[in-house]
Amino acid sequence: MPILEAKDLTYTYSIGSPFEKTAVDHINLQIGQGEFVGIIGHTGSGKSTLMQMMNGLLKPTAGTVLLDGKDIWEKGADRRSVRFQVGLVFQYPEYQLFEETVYKDIAFGPKNMGLDEKEIDRRVRETAEAVGLKEELLEKAPYALSGGQKRRVAIAGVMAMEPRVLILDEPTAGLDPKGRTKILSQLRQYHKRTGCTVMLVSHSMEDVAKYVSKLLVLSHAKVVCYDTPANVFARGDELEKMGLALPQITRVFRLLRDRGITFPDEVYTVNYGAELLRARLEGREPQC
Amino acid sequence: MLKDITLGQYFPMDSVVHKMDARYKIIITMLFLVMLFWGQHLTALIAGLFFVIVATALSWIPPKMVIRSLKPIISILVITGLLNLFMLDGGATLFQWKFLKITEQGVQTSVFMLVRICLLIAGTSLLTYTTSPIVLTDAIESLLSPLKKLNMPVHELAMMMTIALRFIPTLIEETDKIMSAQKARGADLESGNIIQRAHALVPILIPLFVSAFRRAEELALAMECRCYHGGEGRTRLRVLKSGMRDYIALGLMILMLAAVIVLNAVLY
Amino acid sequence: MESLIKIDNVRFSYQNTEEPEKQTEVLKGISLEFEHGELVAVLGHNGSGKSTMAKLLNAILLPTEGTVTVAGMDTKDEDKLLDIRQHVGMVFQNPDNQIVATIVEEDVAFGLENLGVPTDEMRARVDQALHAVGMYEFREHAPHQLSGGQKQRVAIAGIIAMRPDCIVLDEPTAMLDPQGRKEVMRTIKLLNRDYGITVILITHEMDEAAQCDRVIVIDHGTVHMDAPPEKVFSHVREMRELGLDVPQPTELCDLLRQSGYDLDPEIMTPEAAADAIAKLLTDKK
Repeated sequence: MPILEAKDLTYTYSIGSPFEKTAVDHINLQIGQGEFVGIIGHTGSGKSTLMQMMNGLLKPTAGTVLLDGKDIWEKGADRRSVRFQVGLVFQYPEYQLFEETVYKDIAFGPKNMGLDEKEIDRRVRETAEAVGLKEELLEKAPYALSGGQKRRVAIAGVMAMEPRVLILDEPTAGLDPKGRTKILSQLRQYHKRTGCTVMLVSHSMEDVAKYVSKLLVLSHAKVVCYDTPANVFARGDELEKMGLALPQITRVFRLLRDRGITFPDEVYTVNYGAELLRARLEGREPQC
Repeated sequence: MLKDITLGQYFPMDSVVHKMDARYKIIITMLFLVMLFWGQHLTALIAGLFFVIVATALSWIPPKMVIRSLKPIISILVITGLLNLFMLDGGATLFQWKFLKITEQGVQTSVFMLVRICLLIAGTSLLTYTTSPIVLTDAIESLLSPLKKLNMPVHELAMMMTIALRFIPTLIEETDKIMSAQKARGADLESGNIIQRAHALVPILIPLFVSAFRRAEELALAMECRCYHGGEGRTRLRVLKSGMRDYIALGLMILMLAAVIVLNAVLY
Repeated sequence: MESLIKIDNVRFSYQNTEEPEKQTEVLKGISLEFEHGELVAVLGHNGSGKSTMAKLLNAILLPTEGTVTVAGMDTKDEDKLLDIRQHVGMVFQNPDNQIVATIVEEDVAFGLENLGVPTDEMRARVDQALHAVGMYEFREHAPHQLSGGQKQRVAIAGIIAMRPDCIVLDEPTAMLDPQGRKEVMRTIKLLNRDYGITVILITHEMDEAAQCDRVIVIDHGTVHMDAPPEKVFSHVREMRELGLDVPQPTELCDLLRQSGYDLDPEIMTPEAAADAIAKLLTDKK
């Protein structure tokens, strides 16, 4: 059974007004336990609305969201507990920090869950470490930190609820390349260590391609495809028509194909591409 | 959602009233207010009602909208009405039950008061319905400009109002986002007593203030980069222009006010 | 001809009034010149001093040591302040926080209003600027009705209406989606090519830097590299050590070169990489 499932999910804003807009249009989707899903789509494709329905912040206009097969909007369902199980990190999450110390801010979620001091302490320290925040930063005021550090504090604040599904809306937006790589690799480690399900919304094909096991492409409130990165990038022309740029490395190999040099798989990471070429040049099988 | 609240009262149309110089509209509205409160007699109210009907017709604003503007003050209307009804004593007693007493004077005053407040709100809403907030700000700045000589910061006040208008939608959107983000961390905004609820607002208000200050700082920098140095020597892209229709409208308003004053003096 | 902007041996520290001994020097002796019509990218990780450098260019900040000269004017000369800011305009990261007015065309006029430009001329210059960034049909919209890329183009129009010689953009695309990024980059390049405006683009996006004529890499308050993009990106390992990235095609060719294959280190675009690799493969046969 999938951990999270959308059935005929629809959301319409400002119903009945001249600004009526369907942001999510009859979406069906199954997210498997332990999956690392990347979500791409241009602004207005419905990504954010879909994410907010997945953890019960928005009530669907039609259709259902199932967590462990149970409708989260069913009568008597505990939506607060849904939010603890499906953690959502918003865009620019550092703007939501409010406590006097980093420690207290990370503890906000776990405290709301009603956990005891000892458990809260364990979670705060563990997640701070997971996002690479040094012990001595915990007693500092969030405002004294750098932009990248603040971002990681905010992400830790959601991780500390130990959600079974962690959704992140563009966690690397506005950071420098080093900050981006840091957050993404920590996220990958977190995914490996905890085995929890991660959904990553991103604008950067390059980033998404490197980390995810499955890729969801949204356009105009509908699902275009939901498949492995290789299969998604194989439909490159379609993606480009939607205004989604392919990773540059994929474009190199598409250009090679135009020149009659073909490879069986779609290439979307530099290391894999380099290995394919080396193998071809040396006349051997690629080792991957 | 917070975003759905309609902002400002502006109702864009292409009517004569919309095209009028906002400065004249403000002056006329003020004269209208003076007229409404001139004396305790019927003439002022009839003239006021006449003004509202004519202005509504000329502005092409649906009458429904004008009536809707009264909705937020219904409770005030009821309270003032009841207070006047029971508190005032004078003339024949119409009804008495224990200490509650309704007199002729009470009925008359409370009806007058109700009508007067309704007309006041309807008339001023017509001003905001037909004038965009930004033009209104410009007009206020222009009308108050003589005060600059007295070292009043007229330009600065107008600039502050413009910036406030500009950032209202941005901050509303931001509040929405912060609320969702804290709810996602389990913040409980909907239950508990008043103190608990007030406490639950802290995680929303603090980030909102921090963000407003950050925005203010960045905006100040951007304004400085664009050579902003106060109101001195500033020109404007949009210049308020008055024409024949503004003079006629103002003239008619003055005539009406004069008529009310004279009638009041003669009749009573 | 004299350079448009000259930064001469500039040092800069932020004043720390509480603990003067803890003052940190952000810029440690920078000398740079910018010519008319250049399209320059400035790279550097967060905290490298690149934004501070940008603010020195239009006298928002003044150097602690050394001089900055804009079109022959020393930025320390207070009488020339408005003149300098008219010569060097600035666009910032967050489009929401630099739009002042509630209507697009009025925002574009804001700088001109401050400069006291007569209304008729202002009208013409505002329309021209809006046409230049392709936002003319949105002139009566409210800013919150626009997308991020559109807002940023309005901000750019507000600067070019002042007819500057140079625009400094401080991470103008950082908060935009790919579509908005493309719009802004297209606009910047057009202004540079068709209007001859010098553009200094501070960015974290390597593919944006690759579209410029010159790339300056700032690290720890000093100029680390100053060369055409293909030269700068050819130092793959060095760029990584500075916390920066290189375009993927460059990285691919670098990996192959490390394995002993002869490829041009200055390859930047997918097309060039595909050509070179195709040649390598056919030569092998």
